[in-house]
Amino acid sequence: MDWLAENTPRIVVQLLSGLSVGVLLFLVSSGLSLIFGVSRVVNFAHGALYMVGAYLAYTIMRLAPGSGPYFWLALLGAPLGVALLGLLVEVLFLRRIYQAEHIYQLLLTIAIAFIIGDTVRTIWGAENRSVTRPDFLTATIPILGQAFPSYNLVILGLGPVVLGALWWVFYRTRWGMLVRAATWDRDMLGALGVNTPLVYSTVFVFGAWLAGLGGALVAPIQGLSPGMDASVIILAFVAVVIGGLGSFFGTLVSAVVIGEVQALAVLNPFLRQYDLVLPFALMALVLIVKPVGLFGRPE
Amino acid sequence: MALLEVERLNTFYGQSHILFDVSLVVDKGEVVCLLGRNGAGKSTTLKSIIGLVPPRWGSIRFKGQEIAGLPPYRIARMGIGYVPEERRIFANLSVRENLEVACRLTPGEGNGRRWDMERVLALFPRLRPFLERRAGTLSGGEQQMLTIARTLMTNPDLLLLDEPSEGLAPVVVQALKEQLLRLKETGLTIILAEQNVRFVSGLGDRVYILEKGHIRYQAPMERFLADEAVRMAYLAV
Repeated sequence: MDWLAENTPRIVVQLLSGLSVGVLLFLVSSGLSLIFGVSRVVNFAHGALYMVGAYLAYTIMRLAPGSGPYFWLALLGAPLGVALLGLLVEVLFLRRIYQAEHIYQLLLTIAIAFIIGDTVRTIWGAENRSVTRPDFLTATIPILGQAFPSYNLVILGLGPVVLGALWWVFYRTRWGMLVRAATWDRDMLGALGVNTPLVYSTVFVFGAWLAGLGGALVAPIQGLSPGMDASVIILAFVAVVIGGLGSFFGTLVSAVVIGEVQALAVLNPFLRQYDLVLPFALMALVLIVKPVGLFGRPE
Repeated sequence: MALLEVERLNTFYGQSHILFDVSLVVDKGEVVCLLGRNGAGKSTTLKSIIGLVPPRWGSIRFKGQEIAGLPPYRIARMGIGYVPEERRIFANLSVRENLEVACRLTPGEGNGRRWDMERVLALFPRLRPFLERRAGTLSGGEQQMLTIARTLMTNPDLLLLDEPSEGLAPVVVQALKEQLLRLKETGLTIILAEQNVRFVSGLGDRVYILEKGHIRYQAPMERFLADEAVRMAYLAV
């Protein structure tokens, strides 16, 4: 009990920090889950799209380092740029392989990930880059006597906004209704006269936009390097698998859980050494107990 | 000109040949029954027409236009409605959403349209109290009504019904038959795949019998009903 009382401020701050990591992870993994749910394509290029989002945001923010308006411009522009790239990828490549076997889809999306990765390296260089946070978000805010970066507070605030917007899109628009129906039975939806290829395309573009938003938000926190796509795609997969493939709500829960587990592990000297392994251990555990994931639906 | 002309249809599932030179003609306003035992090829014939399992060879002309090989959504938009055997309602959507998904016209645009939410609910009043419920919670009979109602929302000129009476309680089957009779009275053209001869008698105008992927018999309904030997040969279990 003494330990708990003594460490409450640290725990609270770690919980908040874990939550902000969870929000970022959710942005990436929700797009991945959405694309899989509708088109059944496992998009290995999703990490690359996220990376492009981060680099585009870096380029925009570098025009005026520390500027608030340019920060917001980056948050707006970078995801749009990634959405455009997603549209290109879908129309040129993915559209042709929806009916193909999974192995060919995997090969294609992995190839696209490599191509985008090398293109990023060519344009922005192989060395690490860092992004200056906007001036109004450089301060730390004391929470229970602990310093908490105000930038992470903005991410925490954006979390519910994004979630509310997604809920509105999926439950209050016709497009969202069609996406939910396609996730359940896309062939039947087509047999009812719904232009399902258009649904696939728009879902891919929307997923790319979410990945781009995640990348743009993460840029001022982490350094940018051409390898950042690989690390995020693996963690995003873990989140999608734990939540249950294709389950939006499951992805939300698991992204937050992964963020929190990693954040809390930092407090324990033993677990701290293993914080990179913990999400995988969690995934293994979930798969043993419930093979379809926490909120997955058996095929 | 016939509404639908199917000529020498050959359909495969992977390597296995399911339909052999299936030909049939459906005129406007007719209810044509496709009879046969399990695995005779009734479902595959309907899936070939709607494009879910496209035929490898053969021709399907609808309103005079070739539709074999088109994606299902294009075929559906030309005026063919498909009600699958497994019902395939969107269980994660509400009953109302299941109907809205299929409605292609934007509100206000449909002065000349025949089916809308109100009219579909008038035909299937049992669905009305459940509009806001998740469709997955409906009973089997209610799901069958929902899947027909959903397809009607697409305003089809030709309705493909795959074994609608299967797995339903006798009372529900009787109610369903009355509803299909009312559909027939509206002039809707229907292809009805069934095994239940009592269900189709008094409903269908003509009969085709499928066996092992071949059309073996065709006749007007009265002649089929009078022909005990045919029923014994192709339908008795």
